[in-house]
Amino acid sequence: MKTKLSKIAHGRAGDKGNTLLLSLIPYDPLNFEKLVKNVTEERVKAHLSHQLKGEIKRFVLPELKAIQFICQDSLGTGVTTSIAIDTHGKSLSYALLEMEIDLN
Amino acid sequence: MVKEKIRIGCGAGFSGDRLEPSEILAEKGNLDYLVLECLAERTISLAQKRKKENPLLGYDPLLERRIKRLLPILIKNKVRLITNMGAANPLEGGKKIIEIANQLGLKVKVAIVHGDDVFSQLNLKEKTLESGVPLSSYSSIVSANAYLGIDAILPALETDADIILTGRVADPSLFLAPMVKEFDWDLNSSLLGQGTVLGHLMECAGQITGGYFADPVVKPVPDMDILGHPILEVSKDGTGIISKVDGTGGLITTQTAKEQLLYEVLDPFAYYTPDVIADFSKVQIEEIGKNLIRISGGNGKPAPQTLKVSVGYEAGYLSEGEISYAGANAKERAILAGEIIEKRISKVFDEFRVDYIGISSLHGLELSKGYTPYEVRLRVAGKTLNPALSTLVGEEVEALYTNGPAGGGGARKYTHQLMGVVSILMDRDLITPKLTLLEST
Repeated sequence: MKTKLSKIAHGRAGDKGNTLLLSLIPYDPLNFEKLVKNVTEERVKAHLSHQLKGEIKRFVLPELKAIQFICQDSLGTGVTTSIAIDTHGKSLSYALLEMEIDLN
Repeated sequence: MVKEKIRIGCGAGFSGDRLEPSEILAEKGNLDYLVLECLAERTISLAQKRKKENPLLGYDPLLERRIKRLLPILIKNKVRLITNMGAANPLEGGKKIIEIANQLGLKVKVAIVHGDDVFSQLNLKEKTLESGVPLSSYSSIVSANAYLGIDAILPALETDADIILTGRVADPSLFLAPMVKEFDWDLNSSLLGQGTVLGHLMECAGQITGGYFADPVVKPVPDMDILGHPILEVSKDGTGIISKVDGTGGLITTQTAKEQLLYEVLDPFAYYTPDVIADFSKVQIEEIGKNLIRISGGNGKPAPQTLKVSVGYEAGYLSEGEISYAGANAKERAILAGEIIEKRISKVFDEFRVDYIGISSLHGLELSKGYTPYEVRLRVAGKTLNPALSTLVGEEVEALYTNGPAGGGGARKYTHQLMGVVSILMDRDLITPKLTLLEST
């Protein structure tokens, strides 16, 4: 069964220069392992390929039951000089949540 | 005397934050300290620019309004204020506070923490952390501010000042400094890691009380219109309890805390500040009541030898124009309009982009496939170093009124001067924090 991440998880986007940070937190901690298995660096890169231009690193945090993605070169040139509307990339948390994963 | 517990409120999480929540905190929060965090990376470069134009300015533009409203409450309730509203000009900001205190007839002492301005010490051969190219390759550098830590704030807290006003300091240090002072923590203790976790959770104010968390479908938050800002009660052992004033809106749960804990964290195992290298990975968040969470488990290693320095430079101009289309073929007409502008002027700009607001402006075309909006707003943007081109995009978009596709309406044009920010590292031994005391008459 395919499910959008937005049904089972939430998150927030942050920025440091031209690096985008995306957290992913399951509503139900029991879904944490499914997120770890399905939402890999490769899948995130493919899902947001128009936006993420650099290396992606994933931190898995089992105690917190959360995942953090660090995406380099992903905000045009960064908040101070980007010509995009969303210079911080704050709305991108919801772009990640558009990804579909297989829950089985 | 070492205290058992202290209470710290966070009344502002950025320069433009709302004023009212800080007044509610100062009045009803039973606080020892109120923190106003008002200085983002870019904010200080813009402030440096204002200072250049007028040497009496360069402190936070809302300082006067915030202090006028807060000062009588702070003095009445004996709440000490710690704030980075000094921005690029803490000394003039301090004088302004004294001027307000004198007008209000209040006895006030201000301790000003400065020395973060390291512009005169810049080595232009230094390579930036972001791009690895030397500072000398950036056209026009206007500012350089080092992130100071608790070692700069502690001497100010040791005075009897009512207000501690800083320039650039690391945000969590605004909260960690009173903990270290009141609990007499060792500067190499791992408690500084836990205190930094608490400071990081607090520093964006409403972001942990349900603001910037709310989603009415999956994450509903009550009474957002009267959103309260957070209160931290810290014990000597570093355990923190986060709450808000009864009767204010918002929500404090493990979910709101987790979103904020990871916000802007590049490495949850090693979060660098001037005070500590903090480990966020094993933080425990427990819900112990309604809108009441207990935080423990933050850890840390001793402070790094280098401090981060934000360097501001003039990055040219952003030229923008917008116009809307609605009804039948709205999307097709907007795309035609975008193509016309692109053919005419895109080549003269260093960077150029066309956005279709309602379709692709935020996340590109891929994720909007299958959606057909009733209305679309065309937005065109170009970046240039040439001042003569700085209004061109807006002019061309506005000219679509008579020269463009049918039904375009609501054209707007904007020009902004861009201030870029890059970072370098500087040995902390080269940076000398300073303290200046001012008193009302």
